[in-house]
Amino acid sequence: MAKKQYQLVSCTINGKAVEQMVDVRASLTDLLRNDFRLTSVKKGCEVGECGACNVLIDGECFNSCLYLAVWAEGKHITTLEGLMGPNGELSDIQQAFMDETAIQCGFCIPGFIMTAVEILNRNRYYTDEELRKLLSGHLCRCTGYENIFKAVKKTMLRRLGRLDDPFLTT
Amino acid sequence: MGEVGKREVRVDAFDKATGRTKYYEDLMPAEALYARIKHSTIAHGFVTAVDTAEAEQIDGVVKVITCFDVPDRPFPTAGHPWSMDPHHQDVADRLLLNRHVRYYGDDVAVVIAENEVAAMQGVRALKVTYEELPFVLDVQKAMEDGAPQLHEAYPRNILNHTSIRNGDYETAVKEPGLIKVEGWYDTPTVQHCHIENHGCFAYEENGRMTVVSSTQIPHIVRRVVGQALGRPWGDIRLIKPYIGGGFGNKQDALYEPLCAYCSTQVGGRCVRVDCSREETFVSNRVRHAIRSHIISWLRPDGTFAARKLECFSSQGAYASHGHGIVAKGMGAFPQQYPCPNVEGDAYTVFCNKPAAGAMRGYGIPQAMFANESHIDECAKAVGMDPLAFRRQNLMPVGFKDGFSQNENYFDSYNQCMDKGKAYMDYDRKIKKYAQETGPIRHGIGVATFWYNTAVYPISLETSSNRMQLNLDGTVTMQCGETEIGQGADTVYAQMTADVLGLKSYKDVHVVSCQDTDITPTGLGAYASRQTYVAGFSIRQTGDLLKEKILNYASELNRQAPYNMDIVDGNIVRIGDGRVLMSLSELAMTAQYNPVHSEHLTAESTYTIRNNAYSFGCTFAEVEVDIPMCHVKLLNIINVHDCGRLINPALAEAQVHGGMSMAIGYGLSEQLLFDEKTGKPLNNNLLDYKLSTIMDHPHLEAEFVENPEPTSAFGTKALGEPPACSGAPAIRNAIYNATGVAINENPINPHILFKRFTEEGLIQD
Amino acid sequence: MYDMSALYEAQSVQDAIELRLAHPDAQIIAGGTDVLVQMREGKRAGKALISIQKIDSMRGVSLDEEENLRIGSLTSFTHITNDPLIQRYINVLGEAVDMVGGPQIRNAGTIGGNTCNGVTSADSASTLHAWDALIEITGKNGIRRVPIHDFYLKAGTVDLKVEEGEIQTAILIPKASYDRTFGHYIKYAMRNAMDIATLGTSVNARLSPDKKTFERVRIAFGVAGPVPLRATRAEAFINDKEVTLSNIEAFGKMVLEDINPRDSWRASKAFRQHIAVESAKRCLMESVTLAGGEL
Repeated sequence: MAKKQYQLVSCTINGKAVEQMVDVRASLTDLLRNDFRLTSVKKGCEVGECGACNVLIDGECFNSCLYLAVWAEGKHITTLEGLMGPNGELSDIQQAFMDETAIQCGFCIPGFIMTAVEILNRNRYYTDEELRKLLSGHLCRCTGYENIFKAVKKTMLRRLGRLDDPFLTT
Repeated sequence: MGEVGKREVRVDAFDKATGRTKYYEDLMPAEALYARIKHSTIAHGFVTAVDTAEAEQIDGVVKVITCFDVPDRPFPTAGHPWSMDPHHQDVADRLLLNRHVRYYGDDVAVVIAENEVAAMQGVRALKVTYEELPFVLDVQKAMEDGAPQLHEAYPRNILNHTSIRNGDYETAVKEPGLIKVEGWYDTPTVQHCHIENHGCFAYEENGRMTVVSSTQIPHIVRRVVGQALGRPWGDIRLIKPYIGGGFGNKQDALYEPLCAYCSTQVGGRCVRVDCSREETFVSNRVRHAIRSHIISWLRPDGTFAARKLECFSSQGAYASHGHGIVAKGMGAFPQQYPCPNVEGDAYTVFCNKPAAGAMRGYGIPQAMFANESHIDECAKAVGMDPLAFRRQNLMPVGFKDGFSQNENYFDSYNQCMDKGKAYMDYDRKIKKYAQETGPIRHGIGVATFWYNTAVYPISLETSSNRMQLNLDGTVTMQCGETEIGQGADTVYAQMTADVLGLKSYKDVHVVSCQDTDITPTGLGAYASRQTYVAGFSIRQTGDLLKEKILNYASELNRQAPYNMDIVDGNIVRIGDGRVLMSLSELAMTAQYNPVHSEHLTAESTYTIRNNAYSFGCTFAEVEVDIPMCHVKLLNIINVHDCGRLINPALAEAQVHGGMSMAIGYGLSEQLLFDEKTGKPLNNNLLDYKLSTIMDHPHLEAEFVENPEPTSAFGTKALGEPPACSGAPAIRNAIYNATGVAINENPINPHILFKRFTEEGLIQD
Repeated sequence: MYDMSALYEAQSVQDAIELRLAHPDAQIIAGGTDVLVQMREGKRAGKALISIQKIDSMRGVSLDEEENLRIGSLTSFTHITNDPLIQRYINVLGEAVDMVGGPQIRNAGTIGGNTCNGVTSADSASTLHAWDALIEITGKNGIRRVPIHDFYLKAGTVDLKVEEGEIQTAILIPKASYDRTFGHYIKYAMRNAMDIATLGTSVNARLSPDKKTFERVRIAFGVAGPVPLRATRAEAFINDKEVTLSNIEAFGKMVLEDINPRDSWRASKAFRQHIAVESAKRCLMESVTLAGGEL
């Protein structure tokens, strides 16, 4: 048996600077779930096909299963746990997922919400077709994506101040 | 008051939106050992040896267990209620590991290791030698004389064969002037694809076995683990946390027995079994592929003189839920379109493929694909509009099924079709699309579905419930009917609040996690029964608790119990509406009363001896690019009569999910097997084409609300019905657009290419 | 946790070359979206990896002094699609790589990885073939450039010499290739996202100044053979021909003389051939429209 190889990784996770000795064989999913107990990062396929393990790395979405933990060096990583405000306030997109009944079993939701965060942070208007494409890296078996789409689109419209858009009343 | 019927936010939404909800893997003890399974790489044969030497040398490997080590104690796996009648018990054909392997992916050995990598390396290092046997994948070939035999006890691989003989088919077909419509319909093997794979962990504590599992049916799995281990059922404690979807796959004992067994082999230490996605596709359960042959004899006025059905259900290697699936599908046949002369034969047949079990719809998506495709051809044969043909022939109001005693109380079919038709702008579009002749064509299709709610009278229907009045006037409620994502806990809270007169469903704390040491016995999530069956025990238990509360209130307030009620969380005198005290005051007084202290709780079991029809339809609109062999779904609506809606927002969400599953079933999903080896070809989420958000249009869900008279809350089935009529509606839309009848699903580009070429729409 | 024997992280191109020479059996890993998948399924289990993930100099799109478009091999699909130079000169490449997998895969996956895989279904490959891309390879003896057609040796094998410590460092689109040229890509797949191509068709056209004649048409396919390939007979037929529907129709049929798809469980040969003809026509029609021509 070859000697195990470890590496010290310094990065920022949910706004907090951390240092961790990492087994180089670990994925970022392993690091977040096992070392930091950030269990919103879910495992649905471990090969980048379902999107359940999606997190933000320097503001872009990545499937953490296909990202080596050592690559996190110097990066800013955000998981769903990092969205909540200091006093337990929910972000608008989390509230929208609740209000629009976008959640059923809940297993794909953390990944979906993090992709929504990346989309919404661009403060841009997207057509329905564009929005569907931007959300297409996640599989869900419960919702048919219908209410997830609604939650993201409504939050986009609200953030852009398009409060008279008729979609908001659907 | 009046929580039932409101669009309330789910009780678990906050935790799920913040990532706090704990699924089995999030509860994993750090010290758990990893168990990984060695699966067979042949479709049929005997394991002659497993060389474990190399695997045992790997650093971190704790133990290797092979098929030669496990007890010869067969057990069943289906998530059915136990039956005291031995003839009605599930087939016990499973061992923990198998020397006789019956499909590519069967369980041969297991490596237990300290870490994941060592377990994987251990599995790769095992050397298995086989004596190979011929195998058979096709359901009808498996029935032929001389076909490879999977189980000794079942000649020609036939697990079961049941029949229907109504009237006199042979005589009826001799009526002059009849038009014969005949077709063969094939549905594929598909998989549930819940996003959380099945997994579990097991450990011993105080001499008993605890298993924490991603399951829909904790009480049933406890029994199966006991049977598999040969231990008293009370020795087993099964805990079900939140689960990431089930759809029927987790309505079976999957790897809980093996996981518990592994724990016993390492001194009761904690052992985990986590299915990979690839294993979930192959070594859990799949939906039965069913081949159906239908003959209808029609009069020129579009009425049926006689009908015949044969269905062949591909069971795969092990019995699991077995014949129940195709039997349910055949049972729908003479009910959905009643006809005096019907012959039906259903066969469930073993073959060398993954075991088929329960999956959302339990035989009805298959039956509806066959029957509703066939109905469109019947309509065409007599020159009728498919909608008009259905209206003429569907089950009429007042129809009563002799076996189940189900009765059709309402004109649900027509009411649902009226709504679908209006949404789709059916008449105008049908006329417009009929003019098209170019390479891009459009069409609209309709399909209805037949469903019933629970499993009575085939199996026991029972629900138990416990309620406890808390000191703050809230109520804690527990039952064995499980939350698997569908929103069960939320509707229980709404129903409980109404029965007890609480102010809000938030005053009800539903204990979501089932623990067989604590939770009243229930059967779990299956059929489309939970809201219906739990409704009875919620109502009964709520009434019992209310009676206790009012009796106690009577002591305190000097009022007769019948002169009081609970309204918005207060004890109220009925005559003048005066608030006598709050529930919290009552609970505190009762608990801390130095003379008569009482902890106010109620617990009861209700045996359900009813069942309820649940009907509806799908309308689908498609664009077909003929040269590209491509179908674009433009528009789709499902309309359901599931009785009274407990929570319309959750009901719509249920329908969306079912529609999505039906779209995949109609257009893209299929688990494929290599004809030469029996090896599964696409057991991953890239090659198995589950719909993405880009493959869907807006999903419209609408309802007709006719309160079900047998139900405690006027409600009936909605869990599975949304998955039943979508695929044939899409098929019929393509038929409408192109005139090409496609009698197999999924209707993917390969099938379109074949059929368009055969019909001359494509010439190369 | 991946079953790898060791991980070597290169900090620079030079570092990567030295690591490659020191560990000839090690596998290069860039974005990880293919290599880690293969490692998990056991194909590359137990192997050592050389990560080039941190070599930021290999990222980005620029114009060199000869006005060739230079795409660093580690540039992610998302960054290619969003790059203004790509959008200006070879928008079809941005569109093609925007059809790879889903958004997260496009954030992680790199164009270098997509081509070094040597697989025929890569969404970037047919477009790079159709635009005569050059592959820049850096090794211990410096830099060499090879036409992409020659870079693909056979299915899964590309022209990188381990003994020279070579890695792919950039992909170049020569000015002569993109000048006045407009193209379109059709990814034929079984669903609209998260899929691999059943057939990829990339066509580009340069029309005469009056837009009446095809000056130069190029067409390449993915999954029409073991490696991406050009339909040279069809190209020869259409060049210098008038821009007409009947010529486009004939062009479409002619691709059958060049392509060689196979039967597999994913699709039959006949089906792929049929889609190739139809896609070739539709791609060329769209290219004509983009080039300002009329049909």
